[in-house]
Amino acid sequence: MKLVPTLLASAALATALMAPAHAEDQKRIAIVAKALGIGFFEAAAKGAEEAAKELGDVKIIYTGPTDTTAEGQIEVINSLIAQNVDAIAISANDPDALVPSLKKAMQRGITVISWDSGVAPEGREMQLNPSSTPLIGNMIIKLAADNLPDGGDVAVLSATATATNQNAWIAAMNEVLPNYPKIKVVATVYGDDLADKSYRETQGLMQTYPDLKAIIAPTSVGIVAAAQAVEDAGKIGQINVTGLGLPSEMAGHVESGATKSFAIWNPIDLGYSAAMIAYNLATDKAEAKAGGEIPMGRMGVVKLDDNTEGAMADPFVYDKSNIEQFKSMF
Amino acid sequence: MKSRELLLAVIIVALVGLIATRFPAFARPANLANVLNDTSILIMLALGQMAVILTKCIDLSVAANLALNGMVVAMLNATFPGLPIPLLMLVALCLGAALGAVNGLMVWKLDIPPIVATLGTLTIYRGAIFVLSGGAWVNAHEMSPAFKALPRASLAGLPVLTWIAIVAILAVWVLLTRTPLGRAFYAAGGNPHAAIYTGIDVGRTRCAAYILSGALAGICGYLWVSRYAVAYVDVAGGFELDVIAACVIGGVSIAGGIGSVGGAILGALFLGVIKNALPVIDISPFWQLAISGTAIIAAVAFNARAERTKGRVILKSAETA
Repeated sequence: MKLVPTLLASAALATALMAPAHAEDQKRIAIVAKALGIGFFEAAAKGAEEAAKELGDVKIIYTGPTDTTAEGQIEVINSLIAQNVDAIAISANDPDALVPSLKKAMQRGITVISWDSGVAPEGREMQLNPSSTPLIGNMIIKLAADNLPDGGDVAVLSATATATNQNAWIAAMNEVLPNYPKIKVVATVYGDDLADKSYRETQGLMQTYPDLKAIIAPTSVGIVAAAQAVEDAGKIGQINVTGLGLPSEMAGHVESGATKSFAIWNPIDLGYSAAMIAYNLATDKAEAKAGGEIPMGRMGVVKLDDNTEGAMADPFVYDKSNIEQFKSMF
Repeated sequence: MKSRELLLAVIIVALVGLIATRFPAFARPANLANVLNDTSILIMLALGQMAVILTKCIDLSVAANLALNGMVVAMLNATFPGLPIPLLMLVALCLGAALGAVNGLMVWKLDIPPIVATLGTLTIYRGAIFVLSGGAWVNAHEMSPAFKALPRASLAGLPVLTWIAIVAILAVWVLLTRTPLGRAFYAAGGNPHAAIYTGIDVGRTRCAAYILSGALAGICGYLWVSRYAVAYVDVAGGFELDVIAACVIGGVSIAGGIGSVGGAILGALFLGVIKNALPVIDISPFWQLAISGTAIIAAVAFNARAERTKGRVILKSAETA
């Protein structure tokens, strides 16, 4: 990655020498979605606009292919290179297929970062992950604990017993468990990401642990099925179903009260942070190197690991107060 | 035949008793009603599947058919919340029957082997759900309250879902035991050549069985989606294997011609009891899979042996004659 500063420097020089009027007064940052018309990415674009307003001298170009293909994104990237934008922030449809065209962009002095869905390290300067395993692990137990001031029995409803993501999150959760002394995790069951099995496992939990106070389901099929099972059992208010889900899928269950709160990334914050990082890198205010830090406005600072990847923040918490706003987005 | 069903019933009762020693609340009537309700969809699908298997065919597309119908009615409900639920059920019934007829016509008119034809439609129907929905879910808050309420509504102490299953059981029982078509199912699978000589159109009979299976899958599509209050592409993924397993455990012969409504119900209940018991008796998920599988193989091995003995008897009597 030693090349990058040199490239950036020469890029800055090149822009200063060759580019016409807009170069100095306005930075053009392209936010590339997996596909246009997806609520999640529209929301991210909104966040990027917010960052642009805050920065003042930034123009956001929100673009993407019409369907979620790597080929479509390559065309978009080529057109952005032709427009000579200052930065590209992309959520990739394929980690490897985009590398050659993104490399070309970097050779032309364009700052390239990936966010949400990453690109292989050689195709970008840094990757912004919405969150990280330890942050998610802590968040899911915190969601349960926050609604249980007196503590109580809590069970985990996962996807399959071999699901890598879920197991990593649950392991991270167990590490921070001593910080929540009143919370007792009584069982971990597996719904295999099947609605019917998750529903039955939830019924089983309610029968086996009559004092159960919360169910943590870090999987989108599981959390929906568990909330429905709790609702059908007439245990709303007694058992709180929480975990990771999407606002569009959870809106009904938040409304019914089966779920008091749940978490997932906030696409607005993600788009905002991606734009901030792209701006700071494109203007040489920060540098993307392993172990480095890049400021991202109101979202604080992102720390990069050895793969120049960084986690934005804790998953964002959704509850009755904000679900209406987000349910139509993603 | 009767004794095998009796044996299965005894095994189920013994199983419930065994579970009750580890988790007493399982044998409470309320919980058993709950197990019956949870198994209702499996029972209905097993009845349809049994009709198909009786004719020496198989329907691998039931779960995909169910999922496609579920998605269609869920999307209809989300777009036109005013549509009455009985109308949606009728749509599901007819669309399911039509999808079943596609299987039936391929087997009847094109002579495609049933396993291949329905393997094809399984994939096509799943793909159709994706094309239709664009991969998006239909969620609880997009469904109308009436849409979600029907299977849960209580009627004389049991949920409507259970009652629908009971009506389906009675209808299929009458069809199989009291109508020419029902008897033709047995004849077409038991001995297709002899059936032709008695004037039964074997292809048409098979097609009718597929339509029955499809219609039941259609109704189940609505029931599934409204029970779990969510519709997505992978709804009931792999469920066709449970349905076939229920039939086989219930003594329905894969070779065709043998099977009864009672057997299919008991087979489904056997799986239903196991599925509902495993979460409460605190067994590791890896063992759960192994136990389910072992139970299925044991039942099938038992049935296979019972069938083989019967074949030998005929040979022996032929030799001595």
